[in-house]
Amino acid sequence: MDLGLDEQQELLKNFARDFLEKECPESLVREMEEDEKGYSPDLWKKMADQGWMGLIIPEEYGGTGMNLCELAVLLEEFGRALVPGPYISTVVLGATPIMEAGSDEQKQYMLPKIASGETIMTLALTEPSAKWDADGVQLEAKKSGSDYVLNGVKLFVPDAHVTDRMIVAARTSSGKNPEDGVTLFFVDSKADGISYEVLKTIAADKQCEVTFKDVKIPADWVLGEVDKGWPIVEKVKKVATVAACAYLVGLAQMDFDVTLNYAKERVQFGRPIGSFQAIQHKLADAVIDVDGSRFITYKAAWSLQEGEPDADLMVSMAKAWTSDASRRVVAHGQQIHGGIGFTKEYKIQLYFRRQKWMELMWGDADYHRELVAQKLEV
Amino acid sequence: MDFRLSPEEEAFRQEVRDWLGDNLPKDWQQDRFSREQSPETLNIYRTFARKLAEKKWVAPQWPVEYGGLGLSVIQQLIFNEEMAHAQAPVGYSIIGVGWVGPTLIVYGTEEQKQQHLSAITNAEMMWCQGFSEPGAGSDLASLQTKAVRDGDDYVINGQKIWTSGAHLADWCILIARTDPEAPKHKGISYFLVDMKTPGITVRPLIDMMNNHGFNEMFFEDVRIPRKNLLGEENRGWYMAATTLDFERSSIGGAVGGRRMLEELVTYARETKRNGKYLSEETTVRNRLADAALDVELGRLLSYRVASMQQRGMVPNYESSIAKLFNTDMQLRMARAGMEIMGLYGQLEPPSKHSPLRGKFERQYLWQTGMSVGGGTPEIQKNIIAMRGLGMPRP
Repeated sequence: MDLGLDEQQELLKNFARDFLEKECPESLVREMEEDEKGYSPDLWKKMADQGWMGLIIPEEYGGTGMNLCELAVLLEEFGRALVPGPYISTVVLGATPIMEAGSDEQKQYMLPKIASGETIMTLALTEPSAKWDADGVQLEAKKSGSDYVLNGVKLFVPDAHVTDRMIVAARTSSGKNPEDGVTLFFVDSKADGISYEVLKTIAADKQCEVTFKDVKIPADWVLGEVDKGWPIVEKVKKVATVAACAYLVGLAQMDFDVTLNYAKERVQFGRPIGSFQAIQHKLADAVIDVDGSRFITYKAAWSLQEGEPDADLMVSMAKAWTSDASRRVVAHGQQIHGGIGFTKEYKIQLYFRRQKWMELMWGDADYHRELVAQKLEV
Repeated sequence: MDFRLSPEEEAFRQEVRDWLGDNLPKDWQQDRFSREQSPETLNIYRTFARKLAEKKWVAPQWPVEYGGLGLSVIQQLIFNEEMAHAQAPVGYSIIGVGWVGPTLIVYGTEEQKQQHLSAITNAEMMWCQGFSEPGAGSDLASLQTKAVRDGDDYVINGQKIWTSGAHLADWCILIARTDPEAPKHKGISYFLVDMKTPGITVRPLIDMMNNHGFNEMFFEDVRIPRKNLLGEENRGWYMAATTLDFERSSIGGAVGGRRMLEELVTYARETKRNGKYLSEETTVRNRLADAALDVELGRLLSYRVASMQQRGMVPNYESSIAKLFNTDMQLRMARAGMEIMGLYGQLEPPSKHSPLRGKFERQYLWQTGMSVGGGTPEIQKNIIAMRGLGMPRP
């Protein structure tokens, strides 16, 4: 048992931190909030050159063949630097389902393009019902000759407007069990009948409303089997949940570091405010929240990677805990910064707004608490 | 990042578990009898400790030459985890193993080690700890009990309080002021005191559970030989902080919480109120899910400490966090249990209506006290902030 990073993970962490400090400064994060695309193609290419797009893709498909623990380590650094853009969308939402359920041909065709940074992807899952469960998938896919025709709306789709391809979860049949009848389609993002509207969000990330109007998909552009797409989504959701947790861990750590530093430097009543116990105890609570989030996230990543029997429980525990804990951390961060924290100019607000975004993604604490209760067989 | 135990460690866990299965009668489990420290409960503690002694398991973390087995940090963790989960009555040796031995190993004379270490590992001597005073709680270094040199003796006068088991113990570790002129941390010395020495009076301090565990101790011209001074005079404060390289992850607390959770989940699943199982209620489900998160987090924060020690690192604020979290967690667990049980929660054992033999009613009171003992959460947070985070002194 060793809860620390191994040598390779330590190298990855240190390299990523140095790289992102240089290549993803605060100015870029702010610029991308206003940018229509929401990412820098230049940074994207540089990250691809580091092999990061292919981090969890096997070497035979052009990746570096690492695993979920390494992905968590890297995403922690992404959260620290608030890296904008479609990394999680492409690497987790795009590549994971293909690795999980793609035919060899699909893998040969898609994965090297993802690994090289050439193809940007996402998963179009949620709809206006805003549900993470199978009955949230109502977008209709009807067979018509050798095609399927898609009609409906997807909402909260991360980065869809800049993708080359999407995996779209659609309903091909309805029965008693909502988990049956979901099919995953490979969709060319530029196909006729698809329109995108970028949503204005609290974090100024780029989530989209994607409308499908009579969009024709060749019947063999299916991932996995027709009607049997939901278990694939389930797997992707777990990886995405861990990814969100890892991002939150890094985000919370950085918010904490900045705040601690501020408390040591800010002078009121003739002394640093960090000498007051009211501030000290907030930060002692916060460090427990940050560290706790990190280790439950590592445990979830490791359990999922190793296929442990309680992996699902660990994933839900990680998201339930980290969602709440990271919110407590950034709330303390705002409070300790006082008025300056509320200004647009100062950086701490960037963390505060993005925390809420990731807290909500892939299920908030309430959602995962109920899953925890179910898995405990309460 | 590896959360798995090695096959050898798993085998050790099984060995401890099997042994407990054979050697720990159910009615010796710590929640089966009262927290009252009476001659009857002492007998349970002592008998169990002597069984442990046969396996060299009283202080298995100590080096072999001092009667231990020199277990690795992870083995210590496993051992402590299994003892806590079985609710083994390990009270007899707690002070001896946790405080007396480690300090003696570092600072003791050969004679002191000879006299005391094997008596601890053989479960022949029970120790108590005379540290706190009425005016020296969180601010322990302000203690006023005095020890004055007189020929070959020290003469001790003063009062100690919260001394667990003083009425049963054979020996006491005592810290007392030897230099009233020095700054408060620098005038304290560390003594080994035979509880049969004339001039020591022990008075029960009954807790709100109506148990006799704590005591007040009065020292009136108590003469102890100079050879019972531990280490150098006036260095006692620093010796009291000796922890050695033993596992100090607070895993026992984490496991105590897990044990409560398991019983609570079963209770909620099996108990009907108004025609519905408690486990069907959303609020109950949420409370139990939160409790499960708490337990898992407590365990991970403990494992982190052991994992650092295993790597040869010296934990700093990390062990304070584990202690703080696991103490708070058990209190939250006890409260959650009481809230889930509603009216029934208030019933004391042995009422036939009292759920889970009154465990949660007892824990609700007990954990409230435990949250104060050994460094309050507020003091722990001060330590985390100043020592761990480098924040300025108030």
